[in-house]
Amino acid sequence: MVDNALCHCDIGSPGRATNRSKVIMARLHEYHGKQLLREAGFAVPKGQVVRSQGEVPAALAISGLPAVVKAQAWTTSRAAQGAIAIADNAGDVTAAAARMLSLKIGGFDVTEVLIEEKVDINREFYAGIVVDDANKTPVVIFSSIGGSGIEELARKYPKNVSKTPVDVRFGLREYEAREAVRKTGVTGSLQNELTKALLTLYRVARQWEARSAEINPLVLRGDGKLVACDCRITVDDSAVFRHPELKIEIAREFGRPPTALDKIAWSVEKDDYRGTFYFIEMARGYKKGEGFIGFHGAGGGGSMMSMDALVKRGYTIANFTDTSGNPPASKVYRAAKIILSQPNIDGYFGSGSGVASQEQFHSARGLVKAFWEENLSIPAVIRLGGNGEDKAIQILTEYTKNLPAPVEGYKKDDTADFCAQRMQKLLEAQPDKAAPRQMALPVTPDFTAKDPYSFETPTGKVVLDHALCRECQTKSCVQTCVPQILKNQDGVVVLNISREDAKAGKCIECLACEVECRIGGNSGGRVILPIPGLEEYRAKIMGA
Amino acid sequence: MSILVDETKTVIVQGITGREGMARTQLMQRYGTRVVAGCTPAKGGQDVLGVPVFDTVMEAVEKMGSIDVSTIFVPAPLVKNAALEAIAAGIKLLVIVPDRVPIYDVLEIAAAAKDAGARFIGPNTLGLLSPGRAVFGMIGGSASSAKDWFLPGRVGVTSRSGGITSSIAYYLSRAGIGLSTIIHVGGDGIIGTDHPAVMELFESDPDTDCVVMFGEIGTSQEERVADLIASGKFTKPLVAYIGGKGAQSGTRFSHAGAIIEGDRGTHDGKVKRLREVGATVVDNFGDIPDAVKTIIRPMETAKIPIIE
Repeated sequence: MVDNALCHCDIGSPGRATNRSKVIMARLHEYHGKQLLREAGFAVPKGQVVRSQGEVPAALAISGLPAVVKAQAWTTSRAAQGAIAIADNAGDVTAAAARMLSLKIGGFDVTEVLIEEKVDINREFYAGIVVDDANKTPVVIFSSIGGSGIEELARKYPKNVSKTPVDVRFGLREYEAREAVRKTGVTGSLQNELTKALLTLYRVARQWEARSAEINPLVLRGDGKLVACDCRITVDDSAVFRHPELKIEIAREFGRPPTALDKIAWSVEKDDYRGTFYFIEMARGYKKGEGFIGFHGAGGGGSMMSMDALVKRGYTIANFTDTSGNPPASKVYRAAKIILSQPNIDGYFGSGSGVASQEQFHSARGLVKAFWEENLSIPAVIRLGGNGEDKAIQILTEYTKNLPAPVEGYKKDDTADFCAQRMQKLLEAQPDKAAPRQMALPVTPDFTAKDPYSFETPTGKVVLDHALCRECQTKSCVQTCVPQILKNQDGVVVLNISREDAKAGKCIECLACEVECRIGGNSGGRVILPIPGLEEYRAKIMGA
Repeated sequence: MSILVDETKTVIVQGITGREGMARTQLMQRYGTRVVAGCTPAKGGQDVLGVPVFDTVMEAVEKMGSIDVSTIFVPAPLVKNAALEAIAAGIKLLVIVPDRVPIYDVLEIAAAAKDAGARFIGPNTLGLLSPGRAVFGMIGGSASSAKDWFLPGRVGVTSRSGGITSSIAYYLSRAGIGLSTIIHVGGDGIIGTDHPAVMELFESDPDTDCVVMFGEIGTSQEERVADLIASGKFTKPLVAYIGGKGAQSGTRFSHAGAIIEGDRGTHDGKVKRLREVGATVVDNFGDIPDAVKTIIRPMETAKIPIIE
């Protein structure tokens, strides 16, 4: 009811694309949603967003007085949190905006405040488009008695709330929209206007591929005009790539704005469809020795369960990470590097469902490369159960023996609980838990080849030092290369396919030509896998 | 018997020349699945692992005769076209493996499938497997693992998590409990064949005695399974585990469908509804095999004929 009572609106300029500001996530803020509605010809309150007190006069020039001041935050109870105010004069508006810009809502800072014109409310409606998982169709929900607690309203007053499934191939028909309105008891010219409003809302939802698009309240103003006074639009994360004009920075859904590390992780995942990489930073501002763990899961269900196993033992998850769906070793490597960019984690815990379909030695190689580069000094417990688990555990544990910290590997018959117990044991055995950890900088250690031979991979570059290659007895990279794209030619290793094919994906970035070469060869192979932004990020936090 | 999957059905692999398509074709072949054709646009005429590759699904059907199942391994942005093509070619079961397929694409596939009387599993699924018979998709990863991990029997498994599908099936097999069919319905919010649909299939399968379900926060699937039980449409014993107890509202943990929106799709709500209608909901994942044993042992005992 909150937003309803305080709502004030006027009409912007319909049918015109707004000069859009950057949108952070697929869950749009109120004012972003209103921009999309206005472009589609929907009437929305006249107003403007401010990011500082100094911008208030310009906003007031648009909204006029009295005005409504609304903090832009992803919460449903803004008024209760002091995030909505109504003010009659410029001084009060400025004071309210300044106060809101210092608010923390749901653990994050309010950085944007919307200032809008006050509107006199004649009557309130609710209109929403949601995707129904049971029917597998979009559904139009319309209420003639407002929409606060729409589910509850629908139960209590079924005659006033209609639900209309839409055939996604044809879109919402005029008669369907009218019937949706008519069923709730609305007649006459108001029925016409509401029908049009539903058609427009559906068009917006469909155009931007919204998982949900709600106008609550949809207000009938004193002069008989319908105005969208609040609006929530959530674009489908998986469709964000089709809407570059929305400038959505990160197609992930968090309960807060993404952190710098979240964004770096998303840049790794964005264009790489090989497997899945999820990363959410869950904690900040903690110190080394306080029991925060870098978490690296595999598979959504198993990750959540493994997380719970750690939490039960009194640890806190510094981040949630999931690499699954058969990701290449390069993706697992990048995930590990990002996890290890959290300087104050006490340990590294990897565990998923335990019985993975993917070949686990890929993950092992990715982890080993990252652990080597970081000269891992915090204990790691990794469960790599599933396909190729024996080989995976051998790579993981044998190859990391010389690192300062212990790395333990487990298989499918070891439970997540048992692994969490091992993590605890290793952490308790640490002599100085609060001792700071050094992160690698540069992020990718320098490798100078005397006689370099290199080729590009889908997301990086392989460099083989033929000077070292010539002295190598084993050419272990040739045997261990998973896609078998290397050959021994006159004593050095080269591609046995074209460079174009390697870059196009024949090279699957299995990392064997580095990891196996450094163990069983002459250490002449490196895979350079850039992670945009990580260098600067580390430099910044290490300097601080 | 089994639901949906067996060794008699013919399968086409869409995206057979890609990294995943090729690897999973090998898995399916070696496990006993009848892979008869592959499809990659503009790569027709090739041969992958002895399977002929066609430019279009229509061409495959033209040359090979009707095909029962399509397993789809193409990048997410191309899934809609591939699925609509398979449906248009008369294929009645689609297994859509890729992750990150846009929701409105899935809705279009759903509408076309409904009209054509076709069914799809996924998206974002490992597929389905009937031990000792066949696999559609990529459960097990390799044939030798799949043979080793999953024993045939009379318990059905349905899960919203791929890894957990394998885990449950593996831990049940290791506990001596065999499986009729295991199915990963997919981790997305909108999927073709959800838990309730699977329950109806298991209900009519004479060789499934009991079902294990891995549910998660988000969507209405588990609540609708409870509705099926309440209305007598699912009558077999059900053991369930619901993941995501510790998840925060509004944040998504990997699976697109695993998100609580408002007060819907909560962990507690699902557990409560399922318990109300008599399902066994275990609090610890590790308790699933014991819970199943408690149910099926008396059933097995009851089946032993009494000799006078």
